[in-house]
Amino acid sequence: MERQGSPNKLLEIIINTVIYLFLASWTIIVVFPMLWVIVTSFKTDKEIFLSPWQLPAQLMWDNFVRALTKANIGLYLVNSLTVILPSIFFTLLFSAMAGYVLARYEFPGNRIIFYAFMGGMLFPVMLALVPLFFLLQSMKIIDTHFGLILVYIAYSLPFTVFFLTGFFKTIPSDLIEAAIIDGANNYQLFFLIVIPLAQNGLVSMGIFNFLGMWNQYILPLVLLTSSDKYVLSQGLAFLQHQQRYQSDWSGLFAAIVIVMLPTLIVYVIFQNQIQRGLTVGALKG
Amino acid sequence: MYKHKYRVIIPFLAPAVILYLVFVIYPYARSMYNSLTSWKGVSANQPFVGLYNYVRMINDEFFWNALIHNLQYLLFLPIIIISLSLFLAFMISQRIRFSKFFRVTFFFPQVISIISIGVLWSYVYHPTIGILTSLLQAAHLEWFFQIFGFEGIPVWVGDERTVRIAIGAVVVWQAAGFYMVLFLAAMEAIPQTFYEAAIIDGANRWHQFWNITIPLLWDTMQTALVFSGLGAFDMFAITRVMVVSGSSQTRPADVLATYLYEQAFEASRFGYATAIAVSLFLLMLTLSALTMRVTRREAVEY
Repeated sequence: MERQGSPNKLLEIIINTVIYLFLASWTIIVVFPMLWVIVTSFKTDKEIFLSPWQLPAQLMWDNFVRALTKANIGLYLVNSLTVILPSIFFTLLFSAMAGYVLARYEFPGNRIIFYAFMGGMLFPVMLALVPLFFLLQSMKIIDTHFGLILVYIAYSLPFTVFFLTGFFKTIPSDLIEAAIIDGANNYQLFFLIVIPLAQNGLVSMGIFNFLGMWNQYILPLVLLTSSDKYVLSQGLAFLQHQQRYQSDWSGLFAAIVIVMLPTLIVYVIFQNQIQRGLTVGALKG
Repeated sequence: MYKHKYRVIIPFLAPAVILYLVFVIYPYARSMYNSLTSWKGVSANQPFVGLYNYVRMINDEFFWNALIHNLQYLLFLPIIIISLSLFLAFMISQRIRFSKFFRVTFFFPQVISIISIGVLWSYVYHPTIGILTSLLQAAHLEWFFQIFGFEGIPVWVGDERTVRIAIGAVVVWQAAGFYMVLFLAAMEAIPQTFYEAAIIDGANRWHQFWNITIPLLWDTMQTALVFSGLGAFDMFAITRVMVVSGSSQTRPADVLATYLYEQAFEASRFGYATAIAVSLFLLMLTLSALTMRVTRREAVEY
């Protein structure tokens, strides 16, 4: 931008400096606690109590080994993926199927089903917890990963169906009509034509639901009761509470890092898609 | 055009509809009924007690205690989060260097699970091993806290006067990046010509911000207000992980969600807990409706 007078230029410089100072401060506030945890996770217990600012004398990789094995973070990680991956897959599949039909077919009840799904977004999960617990108990799937998967899928449906229905409405009809003329049956049409066309929407919803499930705490807390079935967030909270009885501070810091880093790294690689995937809920919600 | 359409419609809808009915609709409907019973979970019979649970709730000081904490969060968090994130977004949008870097970095807390964040911060606040206390000590800020009646540097989570400030600060830290990205996306949709015209008219950046950016962002701000307001009514995970439940008789960190969880799954008062949950839901619904109503304006088309 060109400026004529020098007072303007000076003002411009001052404003820019203030902006950079402010942005830099927030960067430090955001990043510093994370860096501190990462550095601390390499210290010994003794060093942790000595001073929070001291760098570790040597890198204690053993902290990570203990966190993964003795503190079961490795097991919790496997449990998390065992629950989340099938949940995402079936959420996307079922929502795409439902969304496609709701977007493309006229039939009595179409609107009712669509609004029934939307209504689900109004309710807080807290309200369903108690009946959900007893429902799973009577179905004999309480404290199983299978039960949690069904619940995760069910609670991811409202928004995913809502989003994908909108998405399928934007797919041009002539592509679909051309496929019908070519003799594709309904299933070929859906899996070979429609799904590939909806790729972007599915990726957004995959990311959105993945982070939602990764973040989920209350559902596993209520529905998984044996500690060998815990998912990551639950396991970490459990460790945190256990910490009061058995002190392995360095192991706990290592556990935080193990839980924190994978999503952070994936985010740095796919930042654009992830920012879009996560904010999509608020942008057209 | 579509032959035998019900052969597609039914099997395509069935899995989603069935799962949704069984695991979402049924529990919600059931909750409404459970809140009218004094169910303890063990026996099959659920004695119907009408509105007794609600009367009990109104007379329960711990219910009010939790509700007041939610309202305090509601009063402060949305306004702080939104002004901070709006400010960050506006600065980043000023065609500055490293804008990409800031944008990516500020979003970091969003991709870490809330439980990790809670554990992480409970150590940042830790009076002996944490960085915050030692940082404030190094800056000799004891006098500042003494003004407010503290003996020295507060112990944050361990002190009932500061625990909600400590938790609230973590929520701001976590949420600011999210709303910033939301606002940035909305700002990028504003045509540059608006700003160019304003510059010709001699508007400085401050004027541009108030007279162009803010009015055109109104819809997004409304969404942000509703979202962050609903967040202030949740606070379950962060409170649960940062504060040991039942650690203090006065329950300084309780919110409705943690209180009802305790009532249900630790005290087995399922009927009563559900009544609290129903009230929580009604409060959230009222809040969203009110926010939409109060902030309604003529949409600015562009």
